[in-house]
Amino acid sequence: MSSSINIKKSVIDTLLAGLLSLIVFGPVIGILLDGYDFTTRPSLLLTMVAIVMVGRFAISLFVQSEKGQMMLYKHQNNDDGVIVLPPGHKSKMVYIVPIAIIIGLVAPFVATKYILTVLILGLIYVLLGLGLNIVVGLAGLLDLGFVGFYAIGAYGLSLGYQYLGFGFWSMLPLAAIMAAVAGAILGFPVLRMHGDYLAIVTLGFGEIIRLILTNWTSFTGGPNGVYAPLPTLFGLEFERRAKQGGTPFHEFFNLPYDSGLKYVFIYLSLFMVVCAVLYIKHRLVKMPIGRAWEALREDEIACRSLGLNHVLIKLSAFMMGASTGGLAGVFFATYQGFVNPTSFTFFESALILAIVVLGGLGSTVGVVIAAFVLTVTPEMLREVADFRVLIFGLLMVVMMIWRPRGLVRITRTGFAVRKGVA
Amino acid sequence: MSNVASEKMLEFKDVDVFYGPIQALRQVSMHINKGEIVSLIGSNGAGKSTLLMSIFGQPRASAGQIIYCGQEITKKSAHFVASNGIAQSPEGRRVFPDMTVEENLLMGTIPIGMAHADEDIQHMFNLFPRLKERRNQRSSTMSGGEQQMLAIARALMSRPRLLLLDEPSLGLAPIIVKQIFSILKDVSGTGMTIFLVEQNANHALKLSDRGYVMVNGQIRMTGTGQELLVNPEVRDAYLGGH
Repeated sequence: MSSSINIKKSVIDTLLAGLLSLIVFGPVIGILLDGYDFTTRPSLLLTMVAIVMVGRFAISLFVQSEKGQMMLYKHQNNDDGVIVLPPGHKSKMVYIVPIAIIIGLVAPFVATKYILTVLILGLIYVLLGLGLNIVVGLAGLLDLGFVGFYAIGAYGLSLGYQYLGFGFWSMLPLAAIMAAVAGAILGFPVLRMHGDYLAIVTLGFGEIIRLILTNWTSFTGGPNGVYAPLPTLFGLEFERRAKQGGTPFHEFFNLPYDSGLKYVFIYLSLFMVVCAVLYIKHRLVKMPIGRAWEALREDEIACRSLGLNHVLIKLSAFMMGASTGGLAGVFFATYQGFVNPTSFTFFESALILAIVVLGGLGSTVGVVIAAFVLTVTPEMLREVADFRVLIFGLLMVVMMIWRPRGLVRITRTGFAVRKGVA
Repeated sequence: MSNVASEKMLEFKDVDVFYGPIQALRQVSMHINKGEIVSLIGSNGAGKSTLLMSIFGQPRASAGQIIYCGQEITKKSAHFVASNGIAQSPEGRRVFPDMTVEENLLMGTIPIGMAHADEDIQHMFNLFPRLKERRNQRSSTMSGGEQQMLAIARALMSRPRLLLLDEPSLGLAPIIVKQIFSILKDVSGTGMTIFLVEQNANHALKLSDRGYVMVNGQIRMTGTGQELLVNPEVRDAYLGGH
């Protein structure tokens, strides 16, 4: 890394860029067709070329500076693996957190109903991505049946409401616990397996859940699906007319009925849950259990030689991941107002895995970004709906070639001795 | 050499170990006295590593007893064993590749907690100065010898009374092997009991107070390091006949 700046190189870069832009812009901007005639616009052309040259010169200088070199190093496509920061490292990006929270809280009041629904979907996938990230990214257990836990959460809400009369808020923690138990049940038999074998077993698990939901018609309603209730605010409902004895939110506050209001409320509660999960995950990684997960991913035999109970570590990773998936399922069900088995196909599992892989295994920020990219992009590509999956696939291929370690290069803060901990 | 009135630290009594239908250890009986360096030599697949791992209950002994400091640990969990003063440096180094040297050392404190971590890390850096130079480097970027030193240091971080080493010379250049064995001698000088599993019989026996020779899951021979070194059978089988 040389810190001296090579001006000659920058000038050559600039001239080359200028020449190229002249060739590109020349016919496009420099010549204005007017019927069978044309006029030239040299001044506009020259301005454009000048902008390009100045920009190129600036970039060239920046890249050669110390800071630019650092940035290049951070984004280069080599296989150096994880960057480990010193333990006391405080990110300069901390100020992003309150800004993101404020934007997140204000968003529902300015966004249209359509954008809001897309955002809700995005946040649901953030939850799913975070859950799977614990299992795949941290503990290194390839799980292809994650959608099973998602389905358990969603059906937990619907069936819990239908058979036990539980509402949204009681089912939210219950569904998370149910999904965690399912994770433990799945976890026990597959603990001895690694890599591909584990992937196949979990794939089977996801399909089993879906098939049960489809075929146990008398209990789950089969392909017809079941109704899922909306969340309530201290007993106030968001429907146009409340059920027996209830009061709708808009009547209580003397507001005109607005069907978008329920989405605002779902969005806000979901946003809170996502923030909580992000915080918990952030803390978990620093705790001994988080270190144990990472250690298990890196070397299982070494873990055993340290006397770590790998059964417990794997199970806890499975359960933590599954319960997060269950939470996502509850929100999905309430957002749709209805669930049926077609929402829980293998394609969903693949999508969630894609979020984790694209975001960068183990990277929280990457997963959040990837979740939004992968849910918002299909919405933006509605006009070319026929080619959505094709474009999606192309995106994945390109990603794997250019950024095989995910969107965000995995950086983690090293851990150090914790003071005052015996 | 062991002038301490042979106080047994670890003892195997007629231990049998199976992998499914295959019997890996047959009626193995041996012991390690306090303060000794004991080595177990044998060829590939003789069951050396299995014996070492059976102390941690992976795999568990199906018959017989393993007694540590007068307490039976045959059925105890790996965590119990690790937190009661037995540490292991596994075969093939097995450092955590994406963790830095310091983080690897901290992982070693898992059985006993971080109370002495700072002090012990300094101690390890005195013992292995190379690790100090590389303290913030990821361990996957280090050489094999450095990784082996790290693996031993990581094991020592849990303040063991008994250190188990599985083939510390595996895949290392002779000069590095020499270095590592001389460090082991220093470690032993501080009163540490060391149980060494090795294929490199020459180095191991020279360092050891006593040795055992394992063939097909059975202890075939035992004696002091010197006795085994000059034993014609051992020389033929493990020392290349010269």
